[in-house]
Amino acid sequence: MKFVDEYRDPKTAKKLLNAIEKVTTQPWNIMEVCGGQTHSIIKHGIDQLIPESINLIHGPGCPVCVTPLQYIDKALEIAKQANVIFCSFGDMLRVPGSEQDLLGLKAQGADIRIVYSPLDALKLAQENQQKQVVFFAVGFETTAPTVALAVHQAKQLNCDNFSVLVCHVRVPPVMKALLSSKNNTVQGFLGAGHVCTIMGYHEYIPLVEQYQIPIVITGFEPVDILQGLYLCIKQLEEGRNEVENQYSRVVSQQGNQPAQRLLQQVFTVVDQQWRGLGQIPQSGLALSADYAHWNAEQRFSVASINTQEPKNCRSGEVLQGLLKPDACPEFSKSCTPEHPLGATMVSSEGACAAYYRYRSHHV
Amino acid sequence: MMQQLIDSIIQPTFSNDILNQKHDSAVLNVNGSRLAFTTDSYVIKPLFFSGGDIGKLAVCGTLNDLAMSGAKPLYITCSLIIEEGFAIKDLQQILLSMQQTAKQAGVHIVTGDTKVVDKGKGDGLFINTAGIGLIPEEVSIQASSIQTGDHIIINSDLARHGIAIMLEREGIDFENSIQSDCADLSGLVQDMINAGLHPHCMRDLTRGGLASGLIELATASKYHFEINETSLPIQDDVKSACEILGFDPLYIANEGCFVLFVAEADSEKVLNCLHQHELGKQACVIGKVTDKHNKGMVSLETAMGISRVLDLFSGEQLPRIC
Repeated sequence: MKFVDEYRDPKTAKKLLNAIEKVTTQPWNIMEVCGGQTHSIIKHGIDQLIPESINLIHGPGCPVCVTPLQYIDKALEIAKQANVIFCSFGDMLRVPGSEQDLLGLKAQGADIRIVYSPLDALKLAQENQQKQVVFFAVGFETTAPTVALAVHQAKQLNCDNFSVLVCHVRVPPVMKALLSSKNNTVQGFLGAGHVCTIMGYHEYIPLVEQYQIPIVITGFEPVDILQGLYLCIKQLEEGRNEVENQYSRVVSQQGNQPAQRLLQQVFTVVDQQWRGLGQIPQSGLALSADYAHWNAEQRFSVASINTQEPKNCRSGEVLQGLLKPDACPEFSKSCTPEHPLGATMVSSEGACAAYYRYRSHHV
Repeated sequence: MMQQLIDSIIQPTFSNDILNQKHDSAVLNVNGSRLAFTTDSYVIKPLFFSGGDIGKLAVCGTLNDLAMSGAKPLYITCSLIIEEGFAIKDLQQILLSMQQTAKQAGVHIVTGDTKVVDKGKGDGLFINTAGIGLIPEEVSIQASSIQTGDHIIINSDLARHGIAIMLEREGIDFENSIQSDCADLSGLVQDMINAGLHPHCMRDLTRGGLASGLIELATASKYHFEINETSLPIQDDVKSACEILGFDPLYIANEGCFVLFVAEADSEKVLNCLHQHELGKQACVIGKVTDKHNKGMVSLETAMGISRVLDLFSGEQLPRIC
């Protein structure tokens, strides 16, 4: 397939693997930030191909995984209400709340629908004026602009039966939080290519300067990831700390500026709770005052729901790279994709689910 | 979930020697002849889709279940559950499609039943078909016939049906519309059997796609199947749709695609025979059966040269966030 096959070409991959082997003289801990990268690494077996001295740490960049339990419970509470059409991206439906998941609630008769874009939810609202249509707005800077656009359009259209349950998170603050943690072992980052497509990579320059760590903005195909790793290891070996852009076919330094302007207009940066990681300053987005009318938390009075995470789920350590999924005592025992303890086992991008799917039996 | 329901409640309740073989068709010995007997219900949204409709699907699905046991299909039934208010012209079109598909396959729809349910108690139209076919004397197609060294062959490209339905249902437009592969495979299978070729086992790759079909057969036969990722035919537009939606094409439903197991010595002859037929032009070897450790498993050799195990998906694939 054009534009993808060349980034999965085994010959190119082999060349990059040779280059990685040649440049690596000592062990390094490198974190891929994005869940899409984790999935690709495990699916294609990249971690088995690279030198053993390179330790890949799977980062917190899976939107489903880092959405706190209390937001799932808020979503369930809203979706339970009569007269509500609750819309969500597909993979949020299987994330367990305190008592059930959205799929279970749907089976009991709640009107819960999978949409591919928040704009589809807005359209549903216009078609169902007598209903309240709520969109579950989760994800990073990648999904936030489409939510911003939907809310902005709802305002322009005076669409009062639409609202959004917002739990958007930002990547640079969580990288900063990881780096400033006393447990940090990360020595280099593969930056999240999709997020940088929107946001550019100017936000990483201060991080590189403050923490003296290389960040290589990287794509998602095997060749992308291998090239990202090569560039990152080369910097580490040469003692350089720079922002490099492996994903230059998509990412520019300034990113998608109209999308950024829309984000600034509709959202305001706030402190945000992350599943397993706790409160991280300046790491979330909330609707700004001008758009507060479309805030589902207020409209349905669920802001006070504040659930605690299950104690035996160690996804927080997995998300910080302190624990490999299959080293968790609950992995594939009490925690499986059918009965997940935490969200890292639910999403196909979650590190635990990726390990379960591709690693629970070795050939 | 559905498999759990079948394994924990349905099968134990009805348990008998024929049912417990878990074939798509039951094989019945009647007066010295072997009959294949199968039934399937069709519930699909939308009722009309690119490449077919619920009527064509209901006939092809049952013909294919019969064909996978090596049977020549003879007769099928048609039961309709119609929701009150369903458009007569749509019903006529669907019935015509059933009649044409049956006629092309040389089978007759010989009995049936019609029920109308109240508005809101059905989703437009549900169809059940059952079918019987005659299995030639020399044919013995079952998981237990699979042998070490067998070649694993598929007849055509993967994942078209599931993706076509998904795109239609969700109103996602692709530049070129992807058509369901919905087709009657019985003619193709008969050609092979009439040519004296004897596959050890066959399975149509419907719900759960190639991966689920192979995993079920590996479990039943207790052999290890090695599949080569680069040999799998998948249309570019289907690949693109899977990339965008975050789906794995190996787990997507097909309605005109089947896998067969044949001795290595017969592999080329089978391929030549399949290539003669419209539905087998893309037929190719995708892997082989081994008796390595980890019996009853399917492993995929990826393009990168890594071997990974294919697992049954729990639940349906859900579109990814980003």
